[in-house]
Parts: sequence; C-alpha cells; structure tokens
Amino acid sequence: MSFEIPDVMPALPEIFILSMACIILVVDLFLSKTSRGASYMLSQATLIIAVLITVATFSEASVLSFSDTFVRDGIADVLKIAVYIATFMVFLYAKDYLKDRGLFKGEFYTLGLFAVLGMMILISAHNFLTIYLGLELLSLSLYAMVALHRDSIQASEAAMKYFVLGAIASGMLLYGMSMIYGITGSLDLAVISANAANVSDNIVLIFGIVFLLIGVAFKLGAVPFHMWVPDVYQGAPTAVTIFIGSAPKLAAFAMLMRLLMDGLGSVSAQWQDILILLVLLSLAVGNIVAIAQVNIKRMLAYSTISHIGFLMLGVVAGTEEGVSASMFYAITYTLMSLGGFAMIILLSRKGFEAEKLADFKGLNQRSPWYAFLMLILMFSMAGVPPFLGFWAKLSVLSAVISVDLVWLAVASVIFSIIGAFYYLRVIKIMYFDKAESSEPIHCSKDMSLLISVNAFAVLLIGLFPGGLLSLCLNVVSAS
Amino acid sequence: MNPEINIAQYITYVFAAFSLASALMVITAKNPVQAALALVLTFFLSAGIWLTLEAEFLAITLVLVYVGAVMVLFLFVVMMLDINMAQLRAGFIRYLPIGLLVAVLLAVLLIMVVGPAHFGLEQFAAPTRHAADYSNVRELGRVMYTVYVYPFEIASVILLVAIIAAIALTLRRRPDTKRQDPTQQIAVKRADRMRVVDMKAEAKK
Repeated sequence: MSFEIPDVMPALPEIFILSMACIILVVDLFLSKTSRGASYMLSQATLIIAVLITVATFSEASVLSFSDTFVRDGIADVLKIAVYIATFMVFLYAKDYLKDRGLFKGEFYTLGLFAVLGMMILISAHNFLTIYLGLELLSLSLYAMVALHRDSIQASEAAMKYFVLGAIASGMLLYGMSMIYGITGSLDLAVISANAANVSDNIVLIFGIVFLLIGVAFKLGAVPFHMWVPDVYQGAPTAVTIFIGSAPKLAAFAMLMRLLMDGLGSVSAQWQDILILLVLLSLAVGNIVAIAQVNIKRMLAYSTISHIGFLMLGVVAGTEEGVSASMFYAITYTLMSLGGFAMIILLSRKGFEAEKLADFKGLNQRSPWYAFLMLILMFSMAGVPPFLGFWAKLSVLSAVISVDLVWLAVASVIFSIIGAFYYLRVIKIMYFDKAESSEPIHCSKDMSLLISVNAFAVLLIGLFPGGLLSLCLNVVSAS
Repeated sequence: MNPEINIAQYITYVFAAFSLASALMVITAKNPVQAALALVLTFFLSAGIWLTLEAEFLAITLVLVYVGAVMVLFLFVVMMLDINMAQLRAGFIRYLPIGLLVAVLLAVLLIMVVGPAHFGLEQFAAPTRHAADYSNVRELGRVMYTVYVYPFEIASVILLVAIIAAIALTLRRRPDTKRQDPTQQIAVKRADRMRVVDMKAEAKK
C-alpha cells in the first residue's frame, strides 16, 4: 500500500483550536474562582486568532489531505470563519448569564471549543468516517453543555432527551452509511459519487439514502424528526440554547451539503423528493405550531424548525445557485438567532428567566433602544425587506424557481406569511402592550455593544447584501 | 461444492441462530441480571460470527471491551439498583400488538432489502480467503496510523471530551462532606492529638 505523509498545513486551524482547548483545560485547573475570567479571555483570544489563521491561509481552491479524508475549500473556510465569530458572540453573550447562575466554569469554554472543533471537522469532511466522527464530537460536547446546570431538573431532562434521541439518530446515520458503503464500496465522498451513478441495484441505494436522511433530519431538527428541538431549547440554560441554536446550524448545513451534494450528487433524483417532503413538513409544522407558544424559547425553537425548512430548500434545487443560497441562509439565520436569544439573556437576571412572551410586554417603555433592536431582529426573521432575512429567503426561493419547482416556492411563501404572524406579535407586545414590570434593564457594556452591532449587522448587510451573496456564490462555484 | 466452506457456513448459522435466541432472552428475561448475562452471551456469539468472517482482531476486542469491561460494569449497576420489573412491564401487553407489527414489518423490509436478492453471492462474490499467516492486527495497525490517522486522532479527541464531560457532570464539592487530608495527617504532632494530664496518684483504700 502506498502512503505519503499528509500535508498538515491545510488543517492548521483545527490543530490550533485543539491545542488551545487542551491548554485552556489544563490552565483552568490552576485558576482560583476569582480569576476564572482568564479561561474566558483565553477562549476568546483563541477564536480571534483562529479567524486570523483561516483568513491568512484562505484559498478558494479545494485541497485534499490526510488520504482524502479531509478537504479544505472556500466553502469550508467561509463557514469556519462564521463558526468562530458566532461562537465568539455566544461566549460574550453567555458570560454574565453564567456568572449570575454559578455556571461560570472552565468546562463551558473547553467543551465549547471542542464543539467548535467538531463543527470544523464536519465542515471539512470528505469521508463518511470523518462526517460521523465530527458529528459525534459536536453532539457529545453539546449534550454535556446542556447538562452542565446540574441542579436544574429541566436541564437534566433536556440533556437526557437530547442524548437518547441523538444516539438513535447517529445509529440511523451509521446504518445508512453502511448500506451506501456496501453498495458503492467506498467511504470517500468523491468515489461514492462516482460509483453511485453506476449502481445497478437502486433499492439498496435508496434504502441507504433514506436512513442517511433520517439521521441528518434528526440532527437538523426537520419535521417529523423535530420532537427534541423545543424541549431542548426550553430546558437548556439560555446560554447553552444560544449556542445550540446558532453555530451548529452552520455545521449541519455543511453536513447536508457534503453528504448530498459531494457524496450523492450524482443520484440527486433519489433524494430530492424525500427532501421536498421534509421541507414542506418543516415549514408547515414550524410556522403553525409556533403560533401557539407562550414561551419565547419554545417559539424560537419552532422558528428554527421552519428556518431549517428554508435552508434545505436551496439544497433541494441542487444547483450551485441553490447551495450558495442555502449557505447564505445558514449564515444569516445564525446571525439572527444569536440576536434573538441574546435578547432573552439580556432581559433575564439573577433568579429570573425572561422566557415568557409576556416578559417582553412594553419593552419600548422600559428601553426604547433594546425594543428597537428586537424589532430589527424580528422583522428580519419574518423576512420583511430590507432586512437580511428577506434576501436570504429571496435567494433560496429564486434558486428553487430556477429549477421549475414553482409550486414549492409558492407553498414556502404561504407558510412564511403564516409565520410572520408570531414574529409580528412579539413586536406588537413590545410596542403596544403595557409594561408589567418597571425593572430597569441591567447589562454589561460589552454585551450591550455587541447586541447593538449584531442587530445593526442584520440591518446593514440587509441593505447591502451583495458582498456576502457573491462571496457565497464564488466559493460554491470554485469548489 | 467445497466441503470446507460448508462447515464454515454451518458454524456461522449456528452462531447466528444462537445469538438471535440469546438476544431474545435479553428482552424477555424476568430478572435483569439474567438479561445482562444473556447480553454477554450475545456478544460472545457475535464475536464468533466475526471470527468466521476472518475479523479476528475485532472479535477479540469485542470480547475484551464489551464482555470484559462494559458488561461487568453493567452487571454491577444492575445488581446495585433495585429495579422494579413489575413497573417496567406494566404496559407490555398493551403495547405488544403494535410492537409486534413494527417488528414484523421491519423484519420483512430488512429481508427484502438486505436479503439474498440484493446482497447474495451473485451480486457480491465471496471475498477470497486469506492464507494462514495473514495477520489481521498488522494490517489494521498499518492503516490506522497512516491512511486513517485523521479519523484516529478525532476519535481520541472524542474520548477526551467524554472524560471531561463525565468529570464535569459528576464531580461535586459538597462543603459538608468530611474528607481526609493526607498532608495534615502527616504533619500532625503529638501535641495536637494528645494531652498529658497531671494526676495525683490515688492510693488504694
């Protein structure tokens, strides 16, 4: 067997994050309770340096390494940078929340960094084995983070549900992978794509694809495999919910794209119909059930489900335009959901969780500025122009229309109009209802600054979406 | 037909049949300890099937890791916990019909898809048997640290995360627990423990 020493340079960001996670793990042991902030600062510095490394070595060309189990291309680099930035924001938003609840521990940051590593591996995967291992690394870190608040029964229950359903999903995914491996004779995504087109035995291939998609749909939280999403979002500490609801969606998109486009792109006719069904169900259930929610974390969970439906819509199209639209959607959704959950953290304080919709009543009277920021975020999620969410929906829909699936686009628009109701209801509650509490809103300066930047990024990129859109299109067409 | 292959086939079928039976015992046994022991038997028999497939290293690992470590731990837990079997079985009859229906459907589907029609010898020729001096372990070792070094490293990180998670979720410092401090124990002086009391000698009456 011939073997050449792999080039480790393309994996430099992964190696850096792994080394720093291990260093922070050890450093944290020697910190006293009062100097715990050092772990936080180190984690943030790690993420910033990782951004710099990835930007410095950015290239649109696709490079394979480690015997083709690892790929680095423009898509991977852009998604990784988005993951670092999202995680940076999560750590900053979460800091005060964790401090108030006695959860400000080094484990939150080490597990968070290991989850980032898992996402990076998933984003750069070029082999079934790496996809599976990256997914496990990500999920395992997230299960532990949900359970980190041990004294809360709700959090333990959510962690248990997440863990059991996640394990079943991994099993499904593995079974599907084993079937496809059996029929194509390879774990390498490029080889699978080449061999799958010549497979004479379609039934086994479809059988494998069905199991594969069930596993992926579980992880994405697409209907009918969404039951864990609202419970986990609600049960987990908000600082962890904001993490689960943001960066991993980028990795989930990468997994979907690598599996379906890189691995099974040659047999797209076999999975397209299944994906359309998942999209329609996700849009319907996500948007309609969200109306009935009184808990805002649960409402945002159902909103995630409907956004996942939109995200998959671009992959249904299966074109370069569609994939880049989905990628754009994943990045914008991450930005919006970060802002949305950050508002919940902002309104919460020690001994009080602003989880109910009613807690937003009359926010405008208490703080016009935060109410305005929330207005931007909610309008954007609803897809009102000129905010960012509108362009994301528009690009996905135009990709679907360009492959002659007009009925699907129409159905998606109808569901998103239904969905607009519950986003607008939040705005109505904030501006037209009387405030129930006159408690002033306290938050640290850095958080207040970041949440303003976050909301204004949604507005500004919404006004000038060209740059990010063309970046997505460039990297997708280059690979 | 080659008689040698026939014997190997029979052995495989025997292992398969017994492992099915023992797997059934795992879920029907009344006593949880018996169920755990039946699971041990299932692992042994699956290891046997792997042996007939020439995956010797995997077979031995299965016995070592699952039977030797995991199941022993599992047995300890089962013995320590007071599991109320009656409560667990409460809905058994009620859910039996739907459970049976799903199981039968799944079995039919699996036989249709994974059965001989699609994975028979006509579709996939039997792999050539290796010579007696072929070493499974050497071949695995050869690719583990070369071709599969990246997945191997990721697997090690997953184990590290599992350790961190397990410790983070179970290690609690309760302020009220009493514990030993060896350094204090060593540094102890006579005066800390003993008090010399001056007493007058008492005379016998």
